[in-house]
Amino acid sequence: MLREMRLVALKDLRIETRVRVGITQILPFALAVLVLFAFALDTDQQALRTYAPGLFWVTVLLAALLAIGRSFAVDLADGITDRLLLSGIEPQAAFFGKAAAIAIQLVVLEVLLGFGVVLLFDVTVYRYGLLVSAGLVAALGLAAAGTLYGALVAGLGVRESLLPLLVLPVTAPVLIGATRAFQDAFGVAGAQGWAWLGLLVGFAAIYGVFGALSYGILLEEA
Amino acid sequence: MSLTTVLSRQNATQDTQSISSSATKALGWAALVGFAILVVLAFAWVPADTRITDQGDVVGQFDAVRLMFVHVPSAILAYTGFGITFLASLGYLRWRTDWWDIMAASAAEIGVIFGVLTLVTGSIWGRPTWQTWWEWGDVRLVTTLVMVLVFIGYLAVRRIPANAAVKARRSVVIALVGAANIVIVNRSVDWWENRTLHQQSTLLARKIRDETLFTLTFAFVVGATLFGWLLLHRFRVGYLERQITEQEVQKAIAERQAESAAHDTGSLTQASNPTGQIQPQSKTSP
Amino acid sequence: MRQAVRLRAAVTLLGRFPALAGVDLDIDPGEVVVVKGQNGAGKTTLLRLCAGLCSLASGSGEILGHDLSTQRRQVRQRVALMGHTTGLYDDLTVAENVAFWGGAVGATSQEMHSALETLELSGRLVNLRAGNLSSGQRRRASFATLLVRRPELWLLDEPHAGLDHRSRNIVNNLVQSAAQAGATVMMASHELECMQTLQPRVVSLAGGMLTTQPAGIQPAGIQPAGIQPVTTQPVTVQPIPTHPTKEAGTHVA
Repeated sequence: MLREMRLVALKDLRIETRVRVGITQILPFALAVLVLFAFALDTDQQALRTYAPGLFWVTVLLAALLAIGRSFAVDLADGITDRLLLSGIEPQAAFFGKAAAIAIQLVVLEVLLGFGVVLLFDVTVYRYGLLVSAGLVAALGLAAAGTLYGALVAGLGVRESLLPLLVLPVTAPVLIGATRAFQDAFGVAGAQGWAWLGLLVGFAAIYGVFGALSYGILLEEA
Repeated sequence: MSLTTVLSRQNATQDTQSISSSATKALGWAALVGFAILVVLAFAWVPADTRITDQGDVVGQFDAVRLMFVHVPSAILAYTGFGITFLASLGYLRWRTDWWDIMAASAAEIGVIFGVLTLVTGSIWGRPTWQTWWEWGDVRLVTTLVMVLVFIGYLAVRRIPANAAVKARRSVVIALVGAANIVIVNRSVDWWENRTLHQQSTLLARKIRDETLFTLTFAFVVGATLFGWLLLHRFRVGYLERQITEQEVQKAIAERQAESAAHDTGSLTQASNPTGQIQPQSKTSP
Repeated sequence: MRQAVRLRAAVTLLGRFPALAGVDLDIDPGEVVVVKGQNGAGKTTLLRLCAGLCSLASGSGEILGHDLSTQRRQVRQRVALMGHTTGLYDDLTVAENVAFWGGAVGATSQEMHSALETLELSGRLVNLRAGNLSSGQRRRASFATLLVRRPELWLLDEPHAGLDHRSRNIVNNLVQSAAQAGATVMMASHELECMQTLQPRVVSLAGGMLTTQPAGIQPAGIQPAGIQPVTTQPVTVQPIPTHPTKEAGTHVA
């Protein structure tokens, strides 16, 4: 199980480091969204600082949709979908492997985007521990939910429009929780950051369990 | 409703080739007549909500309170619909029959209708009473909105053409995960900003006029009748759709076997099908 | 001994189209069987059904002793399906592709190495990205990713299509040694002449069913060459034509 999971995750990451869609396309897209937010909110530095946590997580969510879509697109080429069904890889291992690869990409994205927010929106970080843990756990939760729905729509002709419709409503709790935790970490609002981290942990755990269980159902037959 | 009655109803639909029966017609008429009575009760009988404070000011929701008779039943019926979808999805996982799948799909459609009705009437009601169309901190509002979105996604997935079993399994996953998600959203919004504007159970606290209470109860009954009528019909439409599909498939199999027989120069066609489970059928119209 | 493939009145739907309309087929372990038939006869669907990728709408089936209705996951692990696609990740090298698919079934690096050698993929080729291979090389690489699975049932859909003479021989050798090692091979092919050396049993498929072939009307001038043991099932047992003629092709189609 662990070995298969590693196999799947390393395969996805290796392809990503070769093709670099994340760095060359998704990250610039995310930065462009941040810049658009700055335009939309005018040049009010105070407003930008206040809303930086929310803007950051909306941007991460949008970029995550692209990363999830990309991760499943890789497995659609040239009959690979069939081969994966035939491969004998446990559905749970496939789920966790894929989710892990997406989570790692999201963490990298969050780090780079985090620098962007600090530079562009003039944010000061007060609680690094909270910031890092919230970022990690939220990435896990997003990856778990995204992998579940990504597999569900993979191979469907309408997946580009269907994935956001399915993923965005269910990731609302991540947006709320991670935003609150970041507000606390940035010191822009007196939120109870660590309590919100608990919500993020719960979300990631629930979607981890559900995803692992559902993957078997989804992959049962073609 | 016990499982046996549900199952016997399934057999009943097999016999009829119509989406209605005398029972459902009666149910439909009951819903229609009930709704007419409800309109009269809600507008003519129930007084506007007014209270006179100690200072002598007249306060209350006035005529806006009449929206309650649509809003509250539809909210409960929306949740009932999604609850049925959830249970039917579990049932499909356990028994893997079309029945559960069609039931889940039918209930989700009706749930979305009532869900949208809830949101719209709630928003209209909120404007005069809360001075806002929408309140983000309200747990019930946000939970209902997210739930309706999840089930709109559910219906979107159901619209994608696929093998019935594949579609059913995809739907099961969305319904079950969606249900879990509703709980998470509910909790997170509650923690996020618990400033609900909803009144707390006026029904149980008996702070409500008798006329209003009666009309609200009546509205529940009418709504439930309408819900049952819609669900039965939607289920039968789904069921007949499956039957037509099945007939088409049988016809296609017969045609394909005839195609095969045409290739077969010998007289051993039957021998190639020793079990005889599927024989070319006479081409009857579906 | 249990049959490797055992189908009874198997019906498979693609959407609402019955690609298979009631197939009865028995294949013994170690047999090499060629399924022939026109385009649209249902050959590809038959192979996919045996791989556990398509579901049975009615009828029954067992592959390697696993029930096709309930134990599809076990079936999938023990077969190799070579379709019209190659199942290669374009951005991974040949070696990495073999390592991934082999790793999924726990193959050793020795097995992966020998799989690459069997398919004559060596040196520079091994470290080339799959996306940069020629179509013939891709197919060989794809075979290597299947070989490391040590499948007990090979399901090959037009395995010779688009291959040059040398590659065809490689594929034939692969099939031969797999059969000799006890694996069962079932392939869909138009090109029977490619496989004379394999001496397969030939069954023909038309309209989603196996067709019977009365003995009396074989085209003249065809010498029986290597008839496999006839099973008790009423499927076509047809000799391979030593001199394939156009008549031989059209007659069973």
